[in-house]
Amino acid sequence: MEVAIGASISGVRALASMKHVGVNVAADPLYTVSYIGVNGGLVLVAADDPGLYSSQNEQDSRAVARAAKVPVLEPADSAEAKEFTKLAFELSETYDTPVIVRTTTRLSHSQGMVELCERQEIPDKEYERNVAKTVMMPGNAKKRHPYVEYRENKMAEDGCSFAINRAEYRDTAIGVITSGIPYQYVREALPHASVLKLGMVNPLPRKLIEEFASRVETLYIVEELDPIIEEQVKSWGIKAVGKEILTVQGEYSANMLREAIGGETLELRAAKEAVARPPILCPGCPHRSTFSVLKKLKLHAAGDIGCYTLGAVAPLSVVDTTICMGASISSLHGMEKARGKEYIKNWVAVIGDSTFMHTGVNSLMNMVYNQGTGTVLILDNSTTGMTGHQDHAATGKTLKGQIVPAIDIEKLCLAMGIENVRVVNAFDTKKLESVLKEETAREAVSVVIVKAPCALLDKTPVKVQAKVNPDLCKKCGLCLKPGCPALTRGADGKTVVNDTMCNGCGLCEQYCNFGAISLVDVRR
Amino acid sequence: MTKNIMIVGVGGQGTLLTSRILGGLAIQAGYDVKLSEVHGMAQRGGSVVTFVRYGEEVAEPIVEEGQADVLIAFERLEALRYAHFLKKDGVIVVNDQRIDPMPVVIGAAEYPENIIENLKQTCRVYEVDAMAEAKRLGNSRVFNLIVLGIAAQHMDYSKDEWMKVIETTVPKKTIEINKAAFEIGYGLHN
Repeated sequence: MEVAIGASISGVRALASMKHVGVNVAADPLYTVSYIGVNGGLVLVAADDPGLYSSQNEQDSRAVARAAKVPVLEPADSAEAKEFTKLAFELSETYDTPVIVRTTTRLSHSQGMVELCERQEIPDKEYERNVAKTVMMPGNAKKRHPYVEYRENKMAEDGCSFAINRAEYRDTAIGVITSGIPYQYVREALPHASVLKLGMVNPLPRKLIEEFASRVETLYIVEELDPIIEEQVKSWGIKAVGKEILTVQGEYSANMLREAIGGETLELRAAKEAVARPPILCPGCPHRSTFSVLKKLKLHAAGDIGCYTLGAVAPLSVVDTTICMGASISSLHGMEKARGKEYIKNWVAVIGDSTFMHTGVNSLMNMVYNQGTGTVLILDNSTTGMTGHQDHAATGKTLKGQIVPAIDIEKLCLAMGIENVRVVNAFDTKKLESVLKEETAREAVSVVIVKAPCALLDKTPVKVQAKVNPDLCKKCGLCLKPGCPALTRGADGKTVVNDTMCNGCGLCEQYCNFGAISLVDVRR
Repeated sequence: MTKNIMIVGVGGQGTLLTSRILGGLAIQAGYDVKLSEVHGMAQRGGSVVTFVRYGEEVAEPIVEEGQADVLIAFERLEALRYAHFLKKDGVIVVNDQRIDPMPVVIGAAEYPENIIENLKQTCRVYEVDAMAEAKRLGNSRVFNLIVLGIAAQHMDYSKDEWMKVIETTVPKKTIEINKAAFEIGYGLHN
């Protein structure tokens, strides 16, 4: 966000994209750039996650936008996503404001028909020094605040004639105010209803809403997550139905609206009982190896944001907390400050390399500076695994694949003055076990960098695979304990390896006490 | 009339390629089309569902319960999980493969018996052991094209249209084997 703000101040259009929890991190500059405004157009794309497909909460970014007094556009399909982004830049420059384009997981993970147009080259704007506008010290900010209020009112008024705020009059017995993906559900479920489709959901075009409300018999407000539109509309004395019959949780659907608003009773097939298939760590995942050692040592782990959150569930069950990026280290530090050095000796913090580079570094500095003690495991798989293998500052490549010097995590920790920095191969379980025993006993800050690349990084065919010698297998099940999906028990109780899944990491071989599992060359 | 297709399976089974083929077909035929695919937090191993809707004009990108014309399932348990999305006269095409979910692997739950027989009591079901067929063809990875070949018989495109899209969607080196896989499926259950 701050990089985009810099580009904007220098006169160039810029866009920063993030999910809802990213907006929390970007909130600090966002609230103030709302006062500063823009030189080149400035757009923030924020994706909310109704239904929590892969998030730690279900917050509504529109609430942040309202608090920061920043306009929000909300597209309802792929074509609008493109058009609204263009419009966002124009509005940004016209009204001297950052603009948020809000999407949701459903829209972001959808594809539809989009008509492309010729690329337009927008000339850079001149930069002129204007500290009254760009240095937000109290005296200057005080003078900018009235502009922010004026801008909100002006946009609310002008918004009444924006083409993206569109009243579609059909049968007026039912009128629905909606925006984004829920608009599509309304069109499917209530094809005859009148609809006020809001393309700009902050600030709200009050006069347009009042007019629409006056022309329909029963007014419904259909918005996923929080009643942001609803509460404002009701505060103007307009009668409407919203969260009384609709939920603040999860995704909506046309079926939901058919029943709640259309009054239909749907005769649906009953869902069959099916065992859940939760996400799992991949075959060959280095986190499985690391967690199997933590489990053996009966250590608790303060967790962080990444695939390794899956260490919280059976069969590994070692991760105890997941809050936000960086919180593994800081919360471990808090536990030690609250409960003492002895208490922390059966705890560790676990954080991935990319999350460590994101906000783990400052947590660790805080821990060192405030004389904390405790063991921090940096699970270095040389990538950002969960979100699809993005590079980061410690991988030696930019997001565009350009080769750059990698920040050395070990040296970075040493530079903070941490004396005990150890580097261990994630699949060397014996070494990892002895290192963890030593470091957790120590009353100091220790960092253990547990290294092994993400199992999905190497795209070449597997070279070796595990093979079970049935004559030696004692059916003890020790190899199955770390929960590798490539291993199952056969009908005779002996371990069977699924050769379409096994990637030859060798963890099961290490856990077999009878030498029944060996790695065999499978290259053809 | 909008046609609703669902592709379900286990993360890593190639549902994405299949949905790209279906999307490409709809565009080629001049339909409006929307695709929606949401996966959970991990890269692999979880339950994955993809929706493809095409027709004159498509509003929502998801297929809702009771609306699927064709449910393509790359794994038995996943067919069971999503069977209630099927329309009254909808069709399930299921790859007769078992992949144990973690609760089954660790012994906390049992993999359901007789899934296909169970589904057949209330739905039209076409099953195929696509893995075995694909291995016979020489590449187990093309199993999903075999499943798709069966599903193709319940959609409104000609075989030529399918072949054309397969050619432009799959990696160049694998065009022939993918077409051969599709051909096997297209010849089954008709």
